[in-house]
Amino acid sequence: MRNLLPILTVLAVLVGIWYLAVAPMNVRVALDTVERGGAEVVPAGSATRRDVSVWRLMAQNAEHVPAGYALDRPRLPTPAQVGQELWKTTGAMALKGRAWSKRSLLYHGWITLQSTLWGFALGTSLGIAGAIAIVYSRVADMSLMPWAIISQTIPIVALAPMIIVVSSQLGVDGRGVPKAIISAYLCYFPVLVGMVKGLRAPALSQLDLLKTYDATGLQSFLKLRLPASVPYLFTSLKVGIAAALVGTIVGELPTGAISGLGARILIGDQFGTPLAIWSALFAAAILAGLLVTLLDLSQKLILNRMGMQP
Amino acid sequence: MSQKTVIAASDLNLTFETNDGPVHALSDVHLTIDKGEFVSFIGPSGCGKTTFLRCIAGLETPTSGTLTVNGMTPDAARRARAYGYVFQHAGLYPWRTIAGNIRLPLEIMGYSKSDQAERVSRTLELVDLAGFEKKYPWQLSGGMQQRASIARALAFDADILLMDEPFGALDEIVRDHLNEQLLHLWERTEKTIGFVTHSIPEAVYLSTKIVVMSPRPGRITEVIDSPLPKERPLDLRETPEFLEVAHRVREGLRAGHSYD
Repeated sequence: MRNLLPILTVLAVLVGIWYLAVAPMNVRVALDTVERGGAEVVPAGSATRRDVSVWRLMAQNAEHVPAGYALDRPRLPTPAQVGQELWKTTGAMALKGRAWSKRSLLYHGWITLQSTLWGFALGTSLGIAGAIAIVYSRVADMSLMPWAIISQTIPIVALAPMIIVVSSQLGVDGRGVPKAIISAYLCYFPVLVGMVKGLRAPALSQLDLLKTYDATGLQSFLKLRLPASVPYLFTSLKVGIAAALVGTIVGELPTGAISGLGARILIGDQFGTPLAIWSALFAAAILAGLLVTLLDLSQKLILNRMGMQP
Repeated sequence: MSQKTVIAASDLNLTFETNDGPVHALSDVHLTIDKGEFVSFIGPSGCGKTTFLRCIAGLETPTSGTLTVNGMTPDAARRARAYGYVFQHAGLYPWRTIAGNIRLPLEIMGYSKSDQAERVSRTLELVDLAGFEKKYPWQLSGGMQQRASIARALAFDADILLMDEPFGALDEIVRDHLNEQLLHLWERTEKTIGFVTHSIPEAVYLSTKIVVMSPRPGRITEVIDSPLPKERPLDLRETPEFLEVAHRVREGLRAGHSYD
């Protein structure tokens, strides 16, 4: 793996910056904690320290700064703490046979993954159908495309509650459907744009060639436009699945949902447990990474099968 | 009109409306092409040679005049799959093997599976590409790709082969080789060939009839019937007869330009 070294270098730099940032971020909480434990802190009293900059606090209480790396409720947990929490709520629980407990991130991740996949399927189908309409109909090109672009300028956090209200008014049970709709809403756009480009990829002479064979519209779609669009499709699917996951998590925030990674983030915020927020955040990132990698592998496999130049 | 006339154009005009006003791509074109002829269209850019070929193929519609292909309108001839068309760029599908690319028109035209296989192997043989069935286009050189695209045009046995600068993007060594092969192929298949080119030696070497064209407006300035024998080894091009025809073509091209 030739590109492993640069990736690891960047990772090391990021982790380094993170560790450095923990000290100033946590120094106030750390001083409060050690003061409660009876230690000497300059200046004394949490209220007085509020007007002193974190840098001065760190300089004056150098011996207490390390305490910021081992807090129960830190402002910013260290990577190691996040890693431990992540393991505690996933692998460790799975080993004890409690993978589907309500406290396990595997359970919450599965809830989020389900909605993401439904949203992805819905969004991808809409995107492909829209792209076909746009490529084959001038009317659709003129009317659909501007609305597709406008749809993406509306902040999803503003739209998400409306979708939930509407779907509950229509008598849709559960939160799966509105979440999938929100997810599809974010996911269809990259697929639409990519597929329009892909279906229009064949050169004019390619289309002329099919005309000399007197090919039907369906034949030229199946034999030329569709296969030509496959590389574009996969590129947009990779963007789309990440967008679908973001959509699902955003959909879980305002719904009062109690399960799903988004709900974990919200609950962690409300109960002042940053470790829960961070581990849910990382679980979401890992999930996204896995999904994109999976699509990347299938892209390589399929393009290879099709004989496209690697 | 004799029985052997395959393509007949008279009073053919084609005007493109552009933002800068009308462009006369073809003006008063008269031409008949008989069965089995090898006709080259030569002239500078914008002389309408490609446009004329596209009119024959039914890819462009003339503004006025009559044009028949096998006694039909070009559009009817296109629907009857009367010709194979070879573009300047091979335009093979990268997701299909060489055999798959040649099979493309056969699939579209609904040939049976066994007929497809038989035709693919026969046409690959014809363009000297046997053994390359399973290769993908990117694994072949430019010259081989163009040969595959000629095979694709031959696969469904149309009597007419229309070629739009098929060797224009290839280097001269490959081009000489392909010219020689094309003559062999023409001899064996007895097709009527319309061939657009920029190259005087290519036109003279290949053709039984050379149509010299000139731009603004696009028109035919001279039609030269080649006196060269049907048997044409490559070194024919050093003979006085060959140079004489080439000279006439060059003169014709110059005459078309004398006014500007």
